[in-house]
Formats: sequence, C-alpha cells, structure tokens
Amino acid sequence: MPLVLEKRTERSTAIALVSPLIAIPLTLVTMSIVFALIGKNPIAALSAYFIQPLTDSYSLQEIAVKASPLVLIAVGLSLCYLANAWNIGAEGQLVIGAVAGSWIAVKTQGTDAGAWVLPAMLLCAAIAGALYALIPAICRVRFGASEILTSLMLVYVAELLLDYLVRGPWRDPNGFNFPTTAEFDPVATVPLLIEGTRLHAGVLLTIVIVVAIFVLLGRTIKGFEIRVVGAAPRAARFGGFNANQLVILTFALSGALAGVAGIIEVAGPIGHLQPGISPGYGFTAIIVAFLGRLNPVGILIAGLFLALTFIGGEQAQIAMKIPLDMTKVFQGILLFYVLACDSFILYRIRLMTSQRAAADGIG
Amino acid sequence: MGLVEAIILSVIAASTPLLLAATGELVVERAGVLNLGIEGMMIVGAACGFAGALYTGSTLIGALCGIGAGVALSLIFAAMALGLAVNQVASGLALTILGVGLSGLIGAGFVGERIAIAPRLNIQGLTNIPLIGRILFGQDMFVYVSVALVVATWWFLYRSRAGLILRAIGDNHISAHALGYPVLKIRTLAVLFGGACAGLAGAYLPLAYTPFFIPGMTAGRGWIALALVVFSSWRPARLVIGAYLFGAVTILQLHAQGAGVGVPSQLMSALPYLATVIVLVLISRARTGGSTAPAALGNVFVPDR
Repeated sequence: MPLVLEKRTERSTAIALVSPLIAIPLTLVTMSIVFALIGKNPIAALSAYFIQPLTDSYSLQEIAVKASPLVLIAVGLSLCYLANAWNIGAEGQLVIGAVAGSWIAVKTQGTDAGAWVLPAMLLCAAIAGALYALIPAICRVRFGASEILTSLMLVYVAELLLDYLVRGPWRDPNGFNFPTTAEFDPVATVPLLIEGTRLHAGVLLTIVIVVAIFVLLGRTIKGFEIRVVGAAPRAARFGGFNANQLVILTFALSGALAGVAGIIEVAGPIGHLQPGISPGYGFTAIIVAFLGRLNPVGILIAGLFLALTFIGGEQAQIAMKIPLDMTKVFQGILLFYVLACDSFILYRIRLMTSQRAAADGIG
Repeated sequence: MGLVEAIILSVIAASTPLLLAATGELVVERAGVLNLGIEGMMIVGAACGFAGALYTGSTLIGALCGIGAGVALSLIFAAMALGLAVNQVASGLALTILGVGLSGLIGAGFVGERIAIAPRLNIQGLTNIPLIGRILFGQDMFVYVSVALVVATWWFLYRSRAGLILRAIGDNHISAHALGYPVLKIRTLAVLFGGACAGLAGAYLPLAYTPFFIPGMTAGRGWIALALVVFSSWRPARLVIGAYLFGAVTILQLHAQGAGVGVPSQLMSALPYLATVIVLVLISRARTGGSTAPAALGNVFVPDR
C-alpha cells in the first residue's frame, strides 16, 4: 500500500478546528455528483437545500425550531461519547419522554388545571427519558451487555409503545379514527416567544441548557472526569475516577435531554401525541454531536446546519421533486467526511515510494 | 400441509436473513473489526436486489445485485475504519445512516411493484415425503446457501490455516503484525465478506420473503444479527441455534396475533427486540469469568514503523 498513516506526536489543534470546514465542502461536491446521477441540476438542487431556506424569515424560524431538539439531544450525547459510552438510542428516549409528558397533558385535558401542567410535563419527560436511558447503562455496568445494541433495541420498543397508546387508550374519540390524542390544552402547550411566529420557548430553553452543559464540561470536576475517562481511561483509573458511575451519569443526562426534546416537540410544534413525532432527531443528533466536535458551542452551530438540511430537503422535494431520503444520504455522507477529516488530527498521511516501501519490508 | 410443517417453514424463512447477515459479521468480528453498518448494508442490499430482479426477472441476478451493493458499502467502511483508522462504532453508524437514505432513494420508484418470489426446490419423490420432505428438500436457494455458508465458515475458521491467521489477527493484531501477517489486508477481506453476506441477507427479504419492496423493510434485523453474534459467543454452531431461536420468536409473534391472543399487537411486535435485550444481558452475565470476544475487537490498528 503506497499510502500509510503515521501517528502524530501530538494532536493537531489546527486540523481539529478546520476539519468540519473541510468536511462540508467535500460533502457538497459529493452531493452534486449524486444530484447529477439522479438527473437533477446540482446547482439548483444545492441552492434549494442551502441558500433558499436562508432567504425568508419563515424558513429561518423553522430552522431554529428544528435545530432545537437536535442540539438538545446532541449535547447530551456528546457527554456520553466523551466518556466513551455509546448511547445510540436517543430516538427511543425522545419517544418515551414525549409519551410520559403527554400522559399529564392527556390526564388533565378539559380540567381546570393551572399553570403547573407544562412544567410538570417537562419534568416527567426528563425523568422518563433518563430512566429509559438507564436501562442500557445499567445493563452495561452490571452485566457487561453492549449498550449500543440494547439502547437501539429499546428504540423499536418505545415506538411500538407510542403506537399502542395513540391507537388504543389515548386516542381522541372525536378524532375521526386518526391515531392521535386530542389537541393539548393551552396550559399543556409550549408558549410562543413572539406571537405570530414559529419560535417557541423551547428554543430559549435549549440555549440555556447548552450554556449549562458548557459550564459542566469546562468548569466542574465532573466535567473534567468525563473528559479524562474518555480520553485516557488508564489515567482515569489511576486518578480514582469511577468510569461506571460516569456511564450511568452521562446516560441519564442524555436520556433526560432527549426526553425533554421529545415533549417540547409534542407540546410545541405538533400540539398532540401521534406516531412519527420525530424525523429521526435522535439519530441525526449523533451526526450533530460529531460535527460539533463534542463541544457545546460547536454543537449549537452544527445543529443549525443539520436543521438547514431538513428544511432544505423539504423545499427541494416541493420545488424539484427530489426524494426526501436525499436528506439522510446527505447526512450520512457528511458524517463520513467529518470522521475521515478527524482522522488527520491524530495521524498524518504519508506517501510511500516503492523504494522506501521495499526498504521497510512491505509492499 | 399441516400446521406444524407450516410453522417450521415460516421459522426457517424468518431465520435465514438473520443467519446470513450474522455469519458475515461473525467473520468480521473474528478478524477484530466491529462493523455496526449491517442494517445499512442490508437495506441497500434489499433495494438493489429488488431492482435487479425487477429489471431482469431473475432472482439470481437480484441476489447478485444485493451482494454487490453490500460489498460496495462495506468498501466505504473498510476505507474509513481500516484505511483511515476512524473509530469503528462511529463509521458503522454512518454507514447505517447512509444506507437507510440510499435505499429510500433507490427504492422510491419501486414502491407498489411486485416480482415473482424465488422458486422453491421441488424434487419428485423427496419433496413429497410427509413432514420432513418440504422442510429438507423444498426450500428456496437462500436457505441452502445460508446453511452452506455457516458450515464453510466453521470449516474456514477452525480447520484452515487462513482461518487461524484471521483469528490470531482478531485476538492480537500487534503480535500478528509482528509475525508478518498482513493485518489490514485480511481485515479488509473479512469486512468485504461481511458486506456480501449482509447484502445477500437484505436481498433475501424482497426476493424470497415478500414479493415487494417497502422502505425500512429490514426493520432492525441487522441489529438483531449483531446481537446474535454476541449470543453465539463468536461460534458458528451457536449462531445457527441463535438465528433459529430468533426466527421462532418472530413467527410466534405473528401466529399469536393471528390467533387473537388477548394482548396488544404492539406488545407482540416488540417481543423480538425485548428478547434481544434479555438475551444480551443473560449472555454477557454468564460470561463474567472472562470474555470470549476477540480480544482486539473494535480497536483501531495502525502499523508501527
């Protein structure tokens, strides 16, 4: 093999900073090829994806609304990934949070319950999301079962539970047999920030949580422990940090945040519980976490960018009949390039001439 | 056809894709690589397999298209995880996300189309033997391929020199490299083999299981295949038992729904996933004495010079 990787003596900070900026143009070039392959004008398609949504205020609001759950989930996931715990099931934790929060909304429907309803829903969703995330975390810590597989299996279980509830016990009797609950009461709905816009209070909450996680990671001992356990497990053991405890903690936090994201979607933009409450936010958030370099501020920017791909995808579907699945292709390719570029933080690539290779005894 | 025979036949049909995909992943993991992209390779294999069969009318060409799609995707994974030494968990996830999108894109035009299902073997005299005839001599080619594949894999891993080298690489890539074995080359071949198996497993679904393609038709089978490899403790013989047990759970769930058992259908549908979690916990717990997983599983390897 003429190309070989060589370990750098120290991490390249320069490449760490510019790597997402290299990954995005590479993705755009690849996507142009894909568009051309399916017979669409690449320039027009890219413009529909990335330029047009930025030109009107409705789309801009929509980007903020879509970015909010992505960022909320991704900052939680980044804690897990930093601690080397692989929570892949955020989608399921989102659904369980939405279900648990909606339980209060459904039970208080039509009663004169007061302003406590929405905070109670948020709390309930956070607890439920955390508990649901604790199942794979405990299975890993206590029994050594792969958290990747268990957290993922629980996504399917959560979706089936949601399906059961909205088709069975919680179905709106006046809903013409559609599988949804009745519209939530105003006290059970996330208020809008500005009347007449799409911006809701959840967007504000997301920013508050990003700041909180930023402080947790950068300014507290727990944050330091999380980073050390992931980056240098041996050093962490010598330091007496309890890796298992951090798996539990980071899973619980990320589950709680996914749960909150779920209830905000249901009690905000959607307004009632129904199947298909998320276009895969829990999975896209994995990309957001990596694209944002597992850093809260980076994640905020990455979340806005991925939200743009969702909105752009919808616009490209309407304007150019590009299938909606193109957005997922785009996101997958982006994640590949981000990871590939990250490789050069730790390694440098070297071209081996055949002579050199022969001298080294390979080739 | 009696009820017992019908149930056994449907269990075999439900188990075959799991067995195919899991056998491929078992070889990949024995070489020390964790490829979480099976679900993605399977779903693209399903879309390409259906496309191939729809345009040519041939199940065989469909199956080959599925295999080709799986290999092509696994090549991307190999370039990432082996060539660029990227974290295997993250690149496997990227492969699944990409695969789900690609299959939707490829399959968008095929929704609603039907094809002829893969022909079943029919040998005069043998297939008509009561009870066992149809089970042993009346299956489609995928079933026989899956069984042959497991036997060949077992033979390769435990009876051939190349298999020994592959296992050595999976257990200790640094020593294997020092002994002069081409670690990255063998791992790449293993990953491509895993891709071919996953692609074939995906193609099985629209070619033999149901005569149509729907987006998301793999429904997590790729992940269950991954769990099966853990269940099998990385041994081919146990993999067969595991795959058929899971096939049976899937069928049990369908039959219980048909028989009108008084539990919500969603609870029954959740059974295979819940069973996977429970099995993972039990297996991992039983192995507290020392893990049987390949020791280098999931670790990146960059040859030192």
